[in-house]
Amino acid sequence: MRLRQYYPITMLKILKYSFYDLMRSRWSYVYFAFYLLLGTVLLFLNNDLSKAVITLMNVIIVLVPLIGTIFGVMYYYNSKEFTELLLAQPLKRSSIFLGQYLGVVLSLTMSLILGLGIPFVFYGLFESSAIWDFSLLLITGAFLTLIFTALAFNIALSNENKIKGFGYAILLWLFLAVIYDGLFLMTLIMFEDYPLDKVSLFGTMLNPIDLSRTLILLKLDISALLGYTGAVFKQFFGTSFGLIVSFVMLTVWVVMPVLRIVFKSKNKDF
Amino acid sequence: MKQVITVLLFVFVTNANLAQSIEVCKTCPISTLKDGIAQAKDFDTIIVKKGLYKEYNISVNKPVKIIGIDYPVIDGELKGEIITVISDNVTIDGLNIINVGNSYIEDYAALRIKNSKHFLIQNLILEKLFFGIYIEKSRDGKIFHNKIIGEAIEEYNSGNGIQLWYSKNIHIEHNFVQRVRDGIYLEFSDDCLIKNNVSALNVRYGLHFMFSNDDTYEDNIFENNGAGVAVMFSRRIKMYRNIFKENWGTASYGLLLKEINDGQIEGNTFSNNTIGINVEGSNRINYKNNTFENNGWAIKVKGACYANIFTENNFLYNSFDIAYNSKVNDNEFDKNYWSSYTGYDLDKNGIGDIPYRPVKLFSYIVNRTPETIILLRSMFIDIIDFSEKVSPVFTPDDLLDNNPKMQRLTW
Repeated sequence: MRLRQYYPITMLKILKYSFYDLMRSRWSYVYFAFYLLLGTVLLFLNNDLSKAVITLMNVIIVLVPLIGTIFGVMYYYNSKEFTELLLAQPLKRSSIFLGQYLGVVLSLTMSLILGLGIPFVFYGLFESSAIWDFSLLLITGAFLTLIFTALAFNIALSNENKIKGFGYAILLWLFLAVIYDGLFLMTLIMFEDYPLDKVSLFGTMLNPIDLSRTLILLKLDISALLGYTGAVFKQFFGTSFGLIVSFVMLTVWVVMPVLRIVFKSKNKDF
Repeated sequence: MKQVITVLLFVFVTNANLAQSIEVCKTCPISTLKDGIAQAKDFDTIIVKKGLYKEYNISVNKPVKIIGIDYPVIDGELKGEIITVISDNVTIDGLNIINVGNSYIEDYAALRIKNSKHFLIQNLILEKLFFGIYIEKSRDGKIFHNKIIGEAIEEYNSGNGIQLWYSKNIHIEHNFVQRVRDGIYLEFSDDCLIKNNVSALNVRYGLHFMFSNDDTYEDNIFENNGAGVAVMFSRRIKMYRNIFKENWGTASYGLLLKEINDGQIEGNTFSNNTIGINVEGSNRINYKNNTFENNGWAIKVKGACYANIFTENNFLYNSFDIAYNSKVNDNEFDKNYWSSYTGYDLDKNGIGDIPYRPVKLFSYIVNRTPETIILLRSMFIDIIDFSEKVSPVFTPDDLLDNNPKMQRLTW
């Protein structure tokens, strides 16, 4: 590879390189094919766009974080040699890592959007009222990819040992997808004598998977069901205030790990 | 023979003489409805022509027919009750009654029927009302094709669309009621038939029964009300083929059953309600061929409910199918279709080979700690629901549908 050509190399160039590299790899296609199959089968079985969107939500909030985490860690370790080569060049460290990170995110998001989008479009998404729910689903999916890939890069940057890195990555996913909700539920039940609506809203904000789940559920007309519990929920979920706060929190969840990537990569001794 | 004919002729002629018709219009000699009634004899027809009549406290004290042509407007100017019927055999047809007085002491109505029999009220349009049609201690009447459009916002200062109080055998059909407190309200009223009505956007209930027995309501639509229908302290109520939908909101429901015995609920559709049916202290009710679709809770059972039978219903995509708050179960579930049933049917007889448990652990948890609803559809919840399904600890272990259908039921 003729690196001299990229001498005043920018983050965008690295992004482009990572992206093309991933596009050539088998995994992007497997990921794309998986979503394509999932979308088609769901529509085939459900015969109803809005029902399919709900089922899809269950899949997205579990699988997108898992794939983002594993893929992120895997990509970092696999391209380690190339990264070290790049580090030898007069390039800004942050642009190297951010470029790689965005490359991974871009290819994963593209697989997700195209894989799910194509069957839904053919099924008549644009004439359906489910288009907003579906778009929200894809936006949330994109956010989850951004968040979990960033977290994966953080783990990989902090762990030289591949096995340890993978282990932590899986643990992170398991914690946020399952264990967190268990602890959350225990806490709510333990303190059931106290007013809990604010606590439970706060608890939801602290976990991007829970946050995405409530965000989508809100749009799927379950807001009234959530409103059953009291005025605070109703005020939060019944208005666009809840939507805005949720999106702000998701953005915070992206920005924090990305900042750590920048910070960590600057100080790391390769 | 000749005599018979003479008698018949005499009867005919005198009757024709009796049933005169009186015209009321702005330019006629008789220009008010009150005047028209005063001039009328028994069994006369009073024809009210199109126009604006500013009158209230109109008392119909003789058996007459009042027929409006092109919807004359009777404007009460918010001064009180508008028409009060205190005679038997009265027909009121085709009036537009507006501006009923509001009061915190008296229940002013657009039209009140008091102690009378065999009345017919039809084709009325009631607007800007407090109470609409108020039937008091009357029987054998018909209320058809009326349109009642209120502007109620709060419960305490609004009235009901059609109210029955101590009345018997009243038929209420094809009415359209919206934006009042209770669309149709029955108190101490027996043997009534409520059919083909639409009750929507009401502040409290679409239809409300209190201490009323042996009534039937069928083919009605209850939509977007504070709560769809409340049946309380009544016996032998039959509910057929009604549609309860979009009663969304905090503690809102399609149908509330409280202290109801021996009812029949058949062929109804409950869709998009926060709670489809909320049952409290109700016994010996048969639920058959109902469809519960996209509700938060399809059925919420709050204890003291015995010997109810749920057969051949469809439970489709509800967040929770059944919620129980106790471990005791004396109700029977059989041959229903549950969209969340995951069993198999190896002998291909259309009935699942393993029983279905409609009460999930999560619904038990939400009953205990409502805030946990925020974890709805979380993976952790799916896991604990699964383990509870395998070995029930918190939910009633005999609450089973032993013959869950594999296909959605049609009838």
